Amino acid sequence: MSVTLLIEQLINGLQLGTMLFLMASGLTLVFGVMGLINLAHGSFYMVGAYVTALTSVSTGSFPLGLAAGVLAAAAAGAIVELLVIRRLYGRSHLDQVLATFALILIFSEGTRWLFGSSPLWLSPPEALSGSVALPGGSRYPVYRLVIIAVGVVVAAGLYLLIAHTRLGMRIRAGESDREIIGALGVNIRRLYTLVFALGAALAGLAGSLVGALQSVQVGMGEPVLILAFVVIVIGGIGSIKGALLGALLVGMVDTLGRVFLPALFGQFMSPSDAAGAGTALAAMLIYILMAVILAFKPKGLFAAHD
Amino acid sequence: MNTLTRAGLGLLMTTAVATAQADDVKIGMITTLSGGGSHLGVDVRDGFMLAMNQADRDDLEVLIQDDARRPDLAKSLSNEFMQRDQVDILTGIIWSNLAMAVVPSVVRQGTFYLSPNAGPSDLAGRMCHENYFNVAYQNDNLHGAMGAYMRGQGFENPLLMAPNYPAGTDALAGFKHLFEGEVADEIYTQLGQTDYAAEIARIRASDADSLFFFLPGGMGISFMKQWESSGVEMPVFGAAFSFDETIIKAVGSAAIGAMNTSQWAYDLDNAANQAFVEGFQEAYERMPTLYAAQGYDTARLILSALDKAHPSDKDAFRDALRDADFDSVRGEFRFGSNHHPIQDIHVREVVEGEDGEPTNRLVGIAVKDIQDVYAEQCRM
Amino acid sequence: MTRPPSTTAPTAGPPSGSHWLNRRRLVEVALLALMLLAPVAAHLLGEIYYVNLASRVALVAMAAVGLNLAIGFGGMISFGHAAYFGLGGYVAGISAHHAFEGSLVMGLPGSDNMLVIWLAAVLLCGLLALAIGAISLRTTGVYFIMITLAFAQMAYYFANSWPDYGGEDGLPIYLRNALPGIDTNHALSFFLICFTALVLSLALTSRLMRSRFGAALTMARLNETRLATAGISPFPIRLVAFVISAMITGLAGALYADLNGFVSPSMLSWHFSGELMVIVILGGVGRLYGPLAGAILFVMMETLLGGLTEYWQFFLGLVLLGVVLFAKQGVIGWLAGREHHG
Repeated sequence: MSVTLLIEQLINGLQLGTMLFLMASGLTLVFGVMGLINLAHGSFYMVGAYVTALTSVSTGSFPLGLAAGVLAAAAAGAIVELLVIRRLYGRSHLDQVLATFALILIFSEGTRWLFGSSPLWLSPPEALSGSVALPGGSRYPVYRLVIIAVGVVVAAGLYLLIAHTRLGMRIRAGESDREIIGALGVNIRRLYTLVFALGAALAGLAGSLVGALQSVQVGMGEPVLILAFVVIVIGGIGSIKGALLGALLVGMVDTLGRVFLPALFGQFMSPSDAAGAGTALAAMLIYILMAVILAFKPKGLFAAHD
Repeated sequence: MNTLTRAGLGLLMTTAVATAQADDVKIGMITTLSGGGSHLGVDVRDGFMLAMNQADRDDLEVLIQDDARRPDLAKSLSNEFMQRDQVDILTGIIWSNLAMAVVPSVVRQGTFYLSPNAGPSDLAGRMCHENYFNVAYQNDNLHGAMGAYMRGQGFENPLLMAPNYPAGTDALAGFKHLFEGEVADEIYTQLGQTDYAAEIARIRASDADSLFFFLPGGMGISFMKQWESSGVEMPVFGAAFSFDETIIKAVGSAAIGAMNTSQWAYDLDNAANQAFVEGFQEAYERMPTLYAAQGYDTARLILSALDKAHPSDKDAFRDALRDADFDSVRGEFRFGSNHHPIQDIHVREVVEGEDGEPTNRLVGIAVKDIQDVYAEQCRM
Repeated sequence: MTRPPSTTAPTAGPPSGSHWLNRRRLVEVALLALMLLAPVAAHLLGEIYYVNLASRVALVAMAAVGLNLAIGFGGMISFGHAAYFGLGGYVAGISAHHAFEGSLVMGLPGSDNMLVIWLAAVLLCGLLALAIGAISLRTTGVYFIMITLAFAQMAYYFANSWPDYGGEDGLPIYLRNALPGIDTNHALSFFLICFTALVLSLALTSRLMRSRFGAALTMARLNETRLATAGISPFPIRLVAFVISAMITGLAGALYADLNGFVSPSMLSWHFSGELMVIVILGGVGRLYGPLAGAILFVMMETLLGGLTEYWQFFLGLVLLGVVLFAKQGVIGWLAGREHHG
């Protein structure tokens, strides 16, 4: 394999990683602050993509669609928090799993009811649809580089938010001890709604951005949701830093596994068999990674708290 | 053999109940109406019901249930239709894995099954059955036809890509069978995969002169969008499963220029097809897809057979089905010895339509009178 | 944090000092009677479909009984029990496949004898659970939920892409496997086999939870430190409970494959793990008869709603949400009242 191809695949891994980070950061934030497992996180991803697709078609502007998608996801998050999620704090994880599993069904089938079964059209804006030259003569899509950039900006923004703002201070306080912030006179209810909406907005951002590269359809959030869970468990639940590193690790391992395993198997198998067996193992690879990490570090790489 | 006699007894019991019925004909449809991939089921249902409504018969009852793309639910629904509602004919299943779960036991118990889409190789070959008819295609038909077409066009080194599951490996095998040459490489992706950056990089780095891929539904949409922005210049070929009217609308300009094989096209010039396309647009206010055409043909085949015999007279009804005495929207259509179509496969190109949206345009015929290779394994 | 609150401490033992025919016992007997008599009545009326539907309910309930032992009694929230359900199913499918073809699997002949299949399914599921449990039980809370899911996903992808046994297409069982002396193709006979297996799994769970082992398992769930001061390590207790739980679910899977005449990777999907959890919670976590009540309700909703509207899963979601928000004790808690703990 040439160095050029290797570089390109590393960027691909990085890009998958940043996309996963957008999903995982919201998930881990909600868990860290409220102790809530949210299976419906993927639904906000879908909401973001749907609203972006519908808005950018009707207005002809992708940025407008993107903004609408993120806002809609945040609004959906806030509404769901007020109506349902707020009753689940302090309940067992089992109840949370069931309630948010129910929310997936409601969101998915509700979306299908409103917008039909057909996938929607959504493409990157014209200005970002080309590709740029990589060192070594290969080319790389501009839009994917933009996703990486957005991921970096979000990571930096989250760091600043949590380390240097009043809201961040409360989030940190909430992560370490939920009773303290109550004692500090912080309006916990509002804080929780805000954090949940922020998490939903991040998922919506991921859905809006990635929707331009994928099929905008009902159920699109589920595969990403499972991957995002793998990411935050590897990184240590509740830790933004863990989510970032977990996301990059999963993105790299998944991409490189898909590239190298079939090639590796090709050394001692027929090309057809090697492609099949290699792909099969590649599909299991991130779950194997997760099991191995948890076997040695039962609380992930960067456990925020117990 | 002990087990065989017992199976036979169980079979007798169920058929005895099923035949004691009035003259009305009941048709059960199990199809995918919810979740991912439901636009296929919706189209099959709508096409089927269009034909039924056009026929306007009051001695027919169609029962429709959603399988949510789950094999065990589909299996339970088939029990419901056969044992409770005692339907005469079953139809509707979209996916090969659901068909494999449902069809063998349905046809062995004496109920007719007409497939409007799924055509797995086993059901065409060693597990074929006299009560099973496939009105759409054997799964390999479209892939094989594209192999033949690409060879005819002078491509010498295509790269093949499909998901790593039976329909995917079958698709590539079917392609290679009629391409009859060396291929640059075979890439298998994961089922349901959404990101293809790594695969596109491999394709770019290969020395292939063309790309043939089979990525049905959402997978194809994701791939085509990512393919366009990657800037790789290589002619793209596929089967209609990644290029139906619904899908190319979702893909947008990225689909333009791609060639695909299909047994049906909305611009096929025959009277039955014109009536279908106009009727469908009028009834549902959207363009029909090949799935809608398959649902429509399935219903019209049933109607043509009902004109000759009642399903309770199994042999007569089976013969009537085998005759395929109806005007297919595909033009010429007949069944091979394994009750799978012998039909022409056409080539279409995705072009920009008058409204600026991508649409398929008929280019020509890839293979005339194609028949699947599994027919010779079928002993009926 | 993941353990259910101790105020609703579940127990399978007899309520101390009360009359045997109390409300709880009445509900339990009524559920079992319904489960047994409805299909018998359907059989007499010639409605085979409902007999088969009852078999499905019984097997899903049995799989959930297994999961309930882990979740409800052991406090181990497994999100991966589909792995055992699917493995059980594949044992039945693969064994029947080789018996049908007369070929060997790993040097052994296949078999269409259900007794052989059940034994193999239970043993293999036990072994798999032993390995998965030994690694997973090092973690707690959400990590445990996710690591069990990870193992189930590995099994799912493996089955999906392993061509020998059909991959995603699945593996048909042409002739239902046989049980000496019983006609397994007869719908009611097959239902009675499923029903017996369900009752035995309930009896086993009940017996287990009343033993010293059950007391230790309850203690491990409620107060690990107290168990440790008594000189008992919670790890082996949990592991054994996890393995037994997987064996019950695996046996249900083997029967489920025979019921459908078919086994496919969808039995291993995370959706199915989630569905089993939903049934356990719907019925009432840690209530012996909860899974049965949950399975009856769930399959009935699926069947009735599915016949009414194309958007049935939307309404299913609403019902589930209502149950978790407003009926915290599950169906059994609502029918039989809160469980009082002496």
